[in-house]
Amino acid sequence: MGRWRFVPALAWRDSRASRRRLLTFMAAIAVGVAALVAIDSYTANILRAIHDQSRDLLGADVSLSSRDPFPASVDSLLETLRGEGIRVGRMTSFASMALLPRANATRLVQVRAAGPGVPFYGSIGTSPAGRWAALQTSHAALVDSSLLVETGARVGDTLSLGAARFAIIGTLTNVPGDIGIAAALGPRVYIAHRFLGETGLVVFGSRVSYEALLALPHGRDAAQLITTYRATLSDARVRARTVAETERSLTRAVDTLHDFLDLVGLVALLLGGVGVASAIHAYVAEKTDTIAMLRCLGGTQLQVLAMYLTEAAALGLVGAAAGALLGIAVQFELPHALGSFIPVTVQPAIVPRAVITGLVIGTWVAALFALLPLLRVRRITPLQALRQDAGAESAQGAARDVARLLAVVALVASVVGIAVWRSGSTQRGIFMSMGVGAAIALLWLAAAALSGLARRMLREHWPFVMRQGIANLYRPSNQTRAVVLALGFGAFLLGTVFLVQRSLVARLSLGDSDVRANLAFFDVQPDEVRGLDSLIADANMPLLQQVPIVPMRIATISGTDTAARAGSAPEARAPAAPGAEPRRGDRRRPSWALRREYRSSYRDTLNHSERLTAGHWVHGADAPGTGLPWISVEQDVASELQLAPGDTVTWDVQGVRIPTVVTSFREVNWARFEPNFFVIFSPRALEGAPATFVMLTRSSAPAAIAALQRTVVEHYSNVSSIDLSAVQRAVGAIVERIAVAIRFMALFSVATGILVMLGAVGASRRQRIREGVLLKTLGATRGQIGRIMLSEYAMLGILASATGVVLSVVAAWALMRFVFDAPFAPSPWPIIALAAGATLLTLVIGLWSSRDVFAETAMGALRER
Amino acid sequence: MTKTYRSGEALITVLRTVSFSIAARAFVAIVGPSGSGKTTLLGLLAGLDSPTSGTVLLDGTDLGPLSEDARARLRGEKVGFVFQNFQLIPTLTAAENVQVPLELRGTTGARAQAHDLLDRVGLADRAHHYPAQLSGGEQQRVALARAFANAPRVLFADEPTGNLDSDTGERIISLIESLNRDAGSTVILVTHDPALASRAGRIIRLSDGAVVDDSNGAS
Repeated sequence: MGRWRFVPALAWRDSRASRRRLLTFMAAIAVGVAALVAIDSYTANILRAIHDQSRDLLGADVSLSSRDPFPASVDSLLETLRGEGIRVGRMTSFASMALLPRANATRLVQVRAAGPGVPFYGSIGTSPAGRWAALQTSHAALVDSSLLVETGARVGDTLSLGAARFAIIGTLTNVPGDIGIAAALGPRVYIAHRFLGETGLVVFGSRVSYEALLALPHGRDAAQLITTYRATLSDARVRARTVAETERSLTRAVDTLHDFLDLVGLVALLLGGVGVASAIHAYVAEKTDTIAMLRCLGGTQLQVLAMYLTEAAALGLVGAAAGALLGIAVQFELPHALGSFIPVTVQPAIVPRAVITGLVIGTWVAALFALLPLLRVRRITPLQALRQDAGAESAQGAARDVARLLAVVALVASVVGIAVWRSGSTQRGIFMSMGVGAAIALLWLAAAALSGLARRMLREHWPFVMRQGIANLYRPSNQTRAVVLALGFGAFLLGTVFLVQRSLVARLSLGDSDVRANLAFFDVQPDEVRGLDSLIADANMPLLQQVPIVPMRIATISGTDTAARAGSAPEARAPAAPGAEPRRGDRRRPSWALRREYRSSYRDTLNHSERLTAGHWVHGADAPGTGLPWISVEQDVASELQLAPGDTVTWDVQGVRIPTVVTSFREVNWARFEPNFFVIFSPRALEGAPATFVMLTRSSAPAAIAALQRTVVEHYSNVSSIDLSAVQRAVGAIVERIAVAIRFMALFSVATGILVMLGAVGASRRQRIREGVLLKTLGATRGQIGRIMLSEYAMLGILASATGVVLSVVAAWALMRFVFDAPFAPSPWPIIALAAGATLLTLVIGLWSSRDVFAETAMGALRER
Repeated sequence: MTKTYRSGEALITVLRTVSFSIAARAFVAIVGPSGSGKTTLLGLLAGLDSPTSGTVLLDGTDLGPLSEDARARLRGEKVGFVFQNFQLIPTLTAAENVQVPLELRGTTGARAQAHDLLDRVGLADRAHHYPAQLSGGEQQRVALARAFANAPRVLFADEPTGNLDSDTGERIISLIESLNRDAGSTVILVTHDPALASRAGRIIRLSDGAVVDDSNGAS
């Protein structure tokens, strides 16, 4: 044991001279650790907040909700429950036009009519404070401040909803359970439930959500209550949710967010690790003399290895500690970037577990990545202290080195282990590490390919300074690939986010085409169609489309009752995520597709955003040879329902059964602002059915659109309208918020990249100075030296940004194609700007950190021994 | 001239009033023990550094008023260097290393010239090897080819055989002598190897920063 006691002391002394330089690399580890600590702390705080606030989020112990008014069976159930001491409150929500007469404005809003006592838990924040209670006492409305800002209205103004008028008594500051960006889809307007009838807005065809909120007395179990009445609720198509289910689904959503952020954080950490490996590689090359001398003095291979490993681990710990501190600071910034997606108020707090995790992972990664290049230390022979070239031939055995192989295995196992540990699931961990590994491997390959290409591109007739600069990238123990990798990843993340964002927004673009609508009126009753038509004509606008909508449900498929197909899956079940439909492709749970309300239409042609994928579009009333009307089904729904062309589907349209035959499947581009439907019927089948209409028109004058919206609300208060360019702006704003969040994470990799580069330049500093001095001795002016460095760093920057940009185009294309299922719209200029920016950054960092190459006098060449 | 360095508070005098002139085409050795100021003197003569007082005339040009870049250009035109540790650029092949001074001056046909020079030092077949692939003697021959690339008026050699075995060292010295004859260069050699010094026509002996002896060599 005594032979090892000196190791820490020697490591300490050895590091003295180079501590500052090695710390740059450890800072690269620090950035990754900072990302992990920030992410862990933040999600831990969110989860704690969700746990603490979950009852407030639901506002009740149990929520029962339905798209239809509760049937008598559920109403009497609620009466029974009231008798048992359970408090019952009502909430009815729907979209409608709000008219603000003083501001002379209309706006589509989300109306929420709340019964007395709601919410039972938590409170809805208002400004001025405490106005929530006043809502029930009069014709009062609490609105999102965005409604006031956008329309120029103010507190105290009158707001008309249908036939009823309300006084705006304040704005909403905090609605538990709603995420920040909810208001982007339409400002919320709360009124008292008892005035709902006066509005006259809840009529046939309106999309209304009915909700009953239950507060249970102490000791009553929510889950048990739902189990008891499951049959009644299921028959009535009422969905039940408990606090525990809300918490579970929110936790799942946060876990998904955590996994995604973690992926970025882990990649940043591993890039830092690559930086460490390349730093240590250069460090060992420089320390060859010292190591050979130590061996001369009687140090064994293992002692020397242990000494340098101790040094690396200690510096790793310092880096990780700095990272943990930074991470704690960063987590206070995360709410700005991500807060609008989180339905709870999060109090940032230091999470000891996150800090310790960061320290352990950071130190471990630093030591492990350092180990690979450090193994070379064993090959340095004592003879090298006397003859520098003595060790050259012993490097050949490296390929069959068992220790090296073990180190590589340990490295891979550690990455997988860390991913499994962090995601809490073997499968997700393996997928995650595969993702990380693939990202780094791709970057590495791209970096290697581009570097090789650049080297081969070198031409004899190029100016000397340029050739010399580029040749520098391939100098012995260069860190070109590590730098290209690290900087390239930053450019890659930023580029991908940017391209995907642009493609998504481009898809939403309405264009200036004269045929595409930008104003839609919906919930138009049959007897209002003619009147509305003439209002549109009076406004000198064309009626582009008039689309009937018929609500219906599936009764049977090929003779089998839908309840049988749905299996025993209970209706009273938590959704996968709040507001989201269950995942597609889940074979065991098609019940949403079977039980949902279909809002279908009928027409005899395909529109621009549709494409047939199977079967034939029938020109005629009936499916050939069946005597039954045809339907065309959207392909994803068709596969959920496991339909095939020729199947018979019988529909329940307001109690009337209509049998149909499936004749075709369609692919629909939902992002186009056109009325599209899961199911299109032969006109014959539905012409007599009760329908509402959507009417589409277009105008390029915003003022004309606003004026028409106002006129229509004044005449037909139940008709809602959407200015599609406003929707487009809202969706664009949401996409932008998401992009901001991802860009924030991308900054971590950019920071890692910069640090790795600073370290790489630092590691080759002595060699650079030596070469600079030699060139000066041979007659090079400072200008020539400067141009050599300029071409070196420009090439490095071009390599890094080209790597990032090329991969980001591929990734963005793949994301659009396979995840968003949409066309990729490449935008060259911003990407070129990004590449130019990354190159410039590389240049500035490179030149700045090489400034002492200028300063050194030529005399150094003689002094260097 | 004199040269003093400031080291913290203390002033260290490396050269005290050294004065001499060297005739064109001469072969001069500067000898002396470690720390006698040999290398400093060489640096001043080549314009790598400026004296604290006094002047250096290189081929008739006063180095004093010249800027660092102007001195670099002058070196590119008139000076060749050979170092003890060869000082080849590891990222460049032998031929490319020889091309460096030519290319710094923007000479056309640098490539052909470099091959010609390598041929003269007997390394034509090693032109595309990197320094790491060459032996010490070969590296020094590449360095010699580089030094003579610009047909220098003065060749400065700093312990050119210090890292070589005696046979190889002997070859290098013979090469320097013959190149000196062909190119008509002045050779200024720093060494503490008496055998090597004895080949010079004139020996300047330094001790403690002063010339203690300036005599004709053995030959």
